[in-house]
Amino acid sequence: MINPVVSLKYMLAGYIAIFSILGIYLASLVVRWKNLQRDLQMLKDLQEKK
Amino acid sequence: MKAQPLVLKIMNVASGLLLAGSLAMVFLYAPLEAVMNHVQKIFYFHISNAWVGMLGFIVAAFAGIMFLVKKDLKWDIVEVAAVEISLVFFLIAIVTGSIWARPSWGTWWTWDARLTTAAILEMVYLAYMLLRQGIEDPDRRARFGAVYTLIGGISVPITFVSIRLWQTIHPAIIGTESASAQGGFAMAPAMLQTMFFCLFAFSVIFATLLWHRVRLGRLAQQVELQKLEAMQ
Repeated sequence: MINPVVSLKYMLAGYIAIFSILGIYLASLVVRWKNLQRDLQMLKDLQEKK
Repeated sequence: MKAQPLVLKIMNVASGLLLAGSLAMVFLYAPLEAVMNHVQKIFYFHISNAWVGMLGFIVAAFAGIMFLVKKDLKWDIVEVAAVEISLVFFLIAIVTGSIWARPSWGTWWTWDARLTTAAILEMVYLAYMLLRQGIEDPDRRARFGAVYTLIGGISVPITFVSIRLWQTIHPAIIGTESASAQGGFAMAPAMLQTMFFCLFAFSVIFATLLWHRVRLGRLAQQVELQKLEAMQ
């Protein structure tokens, strides 16, 4: 049988890992989306000036 | 780029609620396992992440076939989106498996058949992402991606059945040998219900993320086209 305190620590570590990785990925999606929208707007402005 | 469609907005809310529901099922409904205690609760998210990870690699192979048949770049966008999301979910499965293994098996990692095939699977698709970046022509890149995901897709069933093909200490969850492997356990009905709820929840989360990532791919394609126009 695994020591309950030790077991609890590993469980917490597991869930911290899950939400950290998911959080980083979601943040990367948001950042990439914002950057692409900014680039698109900039390119459209350039086209209009031309 | 158009605003999010209503269905996607509904899926966003549903994904959030299903994730919260999964956590509630894991921590408030599923009983505490007698031998492993709390660490066993990693299992529900571990298996769900592994499932959607493998599902995404299969979706990518399907998108690859569709690209080869239709020659439409939209399938390339779906393919790369599915691979990217699956890499994230499968990484979570590997990391949580390792954390679970430490107190259960006494080691973070062992070159067991399931663990080895899972690591190879992750690396095969990591290489796919890296190699794609080296090809500038969109059509060549898409053709390469389609063939690669088709061949890479073979590693998905190999990883899945590895615990049946070779001697392994990884527990076989689907089947009757659950408690026979080291770190395995017999599942109570509430545990099974929680597992299936988590599998469903993560399938919806995967579909939602896939849609968002496809929209991101389309936006990137739009930027590329605009750049080409600006250069002319």
